[in-house]
Order: sequence, then structure tokens, then C-alpha cells
Amino acid sequence: MTDATMSSVTAPPSVPLGRRGPLGSVLVHGGLVAASIAMLYPLLWMISASVRPEDEIFASTSLWPSSIDFASYLRGWFGLDVSFGRFFWNSLVVSVLTVIGNVVACSLAAYAFARLRFAGRNFWFAIMLGTLMIPYHVTLIPQYVLFLNLGWVNTFLPLVVPKFLASDAFFIFLMVQFFRGIPRELDEAAMMDGCGPWRIYWKIMLPLSLPVLATAAIFSFIWTWDDFFGPLIYLNDMNTYTIQLGLRTFVDSSSTSDWGGLFAMSTLSLVPVFFFFLFFQRLLIEGIATTGMKR
Amino acid sequence: MAAVQDSAVVVGAGANGRPAAQGRWASIWAKHGAGYMFLLPWLIGFFGLTLGPAVASLYLSFTSFDLIRAPEWVGTANYVRIATADPKFAAAIHVTFLYVVLSVPFKLAFALLVAILLNRGVRGLTVYRAIFYLPSLLGGSVAIAVLWRQLFAGDGLINSLLGQFGIEGPSWISHPNYSIWTLVVLSVWQFGSPMIIFLAGLRQIPTDMYEAASLDGASKFRQFYKITLPLLTPVIFFNAVVQTIDAFKAFTPAFIISGGTGGPINSTLFYTLYLYQEAFGNFRMGYASALAWILVLIIALFTAFSFLTSRYWVHYDD
Repeated sequence: MTDATMSSVTAPPSVPLGRRGPLGSVLVHGGLVAASIAMLYPLLWMISASVRPEDEIFASTSLWPSSIDFASYLRGWFGLDVSFGRFFWNSLVVSVLTVIGNVVACSLAAYAFARLRFAGRNFWFAIMLGTLMIPYHVTLIPQYVLFLNLGWVNTFLPLVVPKFLASDAFFIFLMVQFFRGIPRELDEAAMMDGCGPWRIYWKIMLPLSLPVLATAAIFSFIWTWDDFFGPLIYLNDMNTYTIQLGLRTFVDSSSTSDWGGLFAMSTLSLVPVFFFFLFFQRLLIEGIATTGMKR
Repeated sequence: MAAVQDSAVVVGAGANGRPAAQGRWASIWAKHGAGYMFLLPWLIGFFGLTLGPAVASLYLSFTSFDLIRAPEWVGTANYVRIATADPKFAAAIHVTFLYVVLSVPFKLAFALLVAILLNRGVRGLTVYRAIFYLPSLLGGSVAIAVLWRQLFAGDGLINSLLGQFGIEGPSWISHPNYSIWTLVVLSVWQFGSPMIIFLAGLRQIPTDMYEAASLDGASKFRQFYKITLPLLTPVIFFNAVVQTIDAFKAFTPAFIISGGTGGPINSTLFYTLYLYQEAFGNFRMGYASALAWILVLIIALFTAFSFLTSRYWVHYDD
């Protein structure tokens, strides 16, 4: 029922219904269900493997464990010199700081581009759009040298500080597009009442822009949580590892011995992303559909 | 707030006919200052983290630099060696192009097929859409790469499944002829985001075009070929460009699945993986900078080429 109503709201069918017989409908659903199972099978298998007794993991391709056993989670959690709790905490710190940095810095820049008049605005806006097209490889090595000389390697600073300098230009662009849609009359009325740009930004733009800020925040969190390359380069001390580095170390050190523990920790590492997906699905999907952002 | 007051003062001064020099600066500041204040973090980031490093990287690409001693100017030696005497570069280019050519068309085809099925007004659209999108969201993480490595291992799940049909699968990961395919399958598995963009695009096609066509007796296939496909070309173009650029930059799955080596026999040596090995494994920062610029050049050429050829097949509304 909810599905039917929701889909009729979000997706008016472009092919008239009723032109397809019951057989066609069965075929379409059969195909979609089969595809869904194929899509989810690897994930479900991993979750199921994480709660199987160790000797049963590769014995069966079935998704249903014969008995449920959480021993793998304990072994995995404490399987390295540093516990996975530490990795989770590090990932959380980096991700939350990144979210704050991206939302604050990108919205400041976006407000300037969308609403303020100043000499050179169009020039800087064009430059900002240009930076969207530069792959990170070009700046990678000098940035590394810079952060190394600042003594920032093995801290979270190289991963977080750039976000406070609005380095994710994509989010600026996203917010500019949104800010432009907010009626200018609101700013003008506020200006008449004696509000300066800071008050307008803080009291009018930000509260009205919660949807785009939330989209940026959620994508920031998920991308940072999943990021492997940045931590790989900047974090060498196991105490600073994020969850992605922790997992990779686990693969290398346990090689083939403890698959149960590895799958248990892998499953846990996906939980935050899955949680965000569950709660903000609509926001994420609309974000993709309207802006084409992806990762 | 302060800015507004300042400008009021200046207007007053101007009315007296004696705009003091200080007043003029205040006026300029009032007009433009706020914009630059808001832009300040981005400006610092642009100069310090983008423009500065980009210039430095271009310079480094003409040097030999190991992080310890100062960069030593070597002219075009890095580029000459890349072009003429680096078999790993050739391998990396080969693998990367192969990956792009294999993964992008399959991924887009799946995305389009599923989007079309979902767009036919099926019940449960939101559920299907979520299921198909989930792998795209999880796919960048190490957990999925680790899972993949295990699925395609010699005694892994895929071969167990094949075994049930009496097929004996190879050890996918450790065989140079097959290893790239495991990465292609992983990439195709994540067709969710282009699918969502296709869905949004399909929604823009007016229904009455199909009604008119079916009154004229056009078959479903003909309708797809004559209406859906041409009207969808801007979205296909967008997805193709974005996915291709992304495929050029792929790193994590190849790194995890090959244990950072790009093996077996360089068969999963993605370009970015080679760049990483040179920079952070061998500390040849100058050489890696040259590699980075060549990657940029390749992506730029590809993008320019796509936009030039797009005029022959992408139809925009007139």
C-alpha cells in the first residue's frame, strides 16, 4: 500500500499501465526479484558467515547458518594489537569532523557565490567550478610533502583540515544551486530590517537550507567512513588507524586463519553506512537523481 | 550588520561632497569585503591546497625527489622514461583501459535495463530501487573488497556455486587472465547510482509521445529505439563520462584484492595503484608526479573527445 502510493507520487509511470497483461507483470517481477537476490547474496552471505561456527564458513553456499555463534565477533574485535573499538572511534572522529568542516566551510563559500555581490565573484566562481575537474592525483604529492613538513602525518589533521577549507568543491556547487532557489525577497526584507550578511546567512539561509545541508552531511559522513586512500597515506601508527585500515591490516596479518573474525569486523564496519542508508534513503536517492553525485 | 552601517557613513560623506580617502576604502570594503570574508576559507584552500600544490606537482614532475634530499632537476627525463622505458607504465595503462572498456559499458547497460524495468510502474519500486542502490553505497569500502577477494578465491563461494552445476572454476584472483574480471564484476555490481540517474531521466520523457506512437502502431521495441533512446542520450552521455572518469581513478578494490601488489603479473595494476607504489612505496615522488600529470592529460583528452563526439549522438531539446 505505502509502496504503491509512494511510487505513484515519486514516479509517474511513463508507459501507460494496464497495457501489460498479468503474465508480463509476473515476468517483470520475477526478473526483478531474481536480480535483487543476486545483488544482495554476497552481502547476506558475509553476514551469515560472520555468525557461523568457524569450521562451517566455507562449507556451505547457503545463507542460513545451522547454528548462530557470535564468537567470531569477539575474536575479530580483539584480533589485532589494537582493538577494533579504537578504529571505530578514530573513524567516527574523522568522519564527524569532516562533516562539520564540509557543512560550515562549503556553506560559507556557497552563500558568497549565491548571494553576495563583490568584485571578482564570477571569476572565482568559474575557478571553483574548474577545481571540480581536477583529479586529486595532481595535488596529492605536494600536499603530502606539505603535511609531512608540518608534522601532521599520523594525526587526523591532513584528513580533516582541508575540509574546513572547503576542499570538496562539489558540495559548494550543490549548495549554490540550492541557495539560488531561496527567494531573494527574504534577504532584502532582512536587509531593510538592518540585518548584515552574517545574520542573513545564519538566520535565513541556513535554516531554510536544511535539506541540502543534510544531504551534504550524510554523503560526507559515508564517503569519509569508507575512505581508504587518505588514511592509507597519512596514518602509519596503528593507534591512529581508521576502520578501513584496521580491516586491511586484519586481512594481511591473519591471512587465511580467521575468516570468521574478518567477516564479523567487515560486517560491523558497514553498519554505520547501512544505518544512514536506511534512515536517509530518500534524501540520498534524490541527491543522486538531481545532481548526479556518486561515489 | 557592521557593513551596512559603514556604507551608510560613506553615503553621508559623499553627500557632503568630501569623500575622505578613508571613506572610499570603507566603501569598497563595505561593498566587497563581506563576500571575501565568506569566501576566505575556500580561498585559503584554493591557494594552499589546490593551486600551490598543482604548480609544485608540475615542478616536481621534472625532478628526481625522494622526500629526503631536495628535488633535483632532471628535465624531461621522467616523461621520456615513462614513454619509452617503463614496462610497468605500459602494463598499468593496458590494465586501466581494459578495466574502463569492460566495466563501463556493462555497468551502464545493466543500469539502463533495470531502470527501464522499474520505470514501468511496478509495485514496490522504492524497495527495488533501494536494493539495487545499496551495493553502490557500500562498494567503496574495504569490507566489500575483502568479501570479493574471498568470493572469487579458488575455494571461494563463486566456485562452490559453479561446482553445483558441475563446472570447475579457475582460481580467479590468482590467475592473470581472470583477475581483472573479478574487478569488472565488482564495478558492474555497483550499477545503482547510474540507474537512479537513468530513472530520473526516464521520468522526464512525456507519456503522450508513447501514446501517439502506439496509436500509430509502433511496436514496443520501435518505441524504445525511436523515443526512449534518443531522448535519453543526454543522460547516457552524462553517466558514461562520469563513470569513465571514475573508472580511471579506481584504486581501493585493486589494492585490497591484489594485496597492494597489482598482481598476478601486473594484471590488476591499475594506474592509480602504480602511482601509489611509485610515490609511497619507492618514494620516487618526482616520477610519480609525472605519472599524475599524464593521468590528468588522459582524463582531459578523454573528456574533450567525449564532448566533441557527443554532438553527433546526443540530442538536446531545441
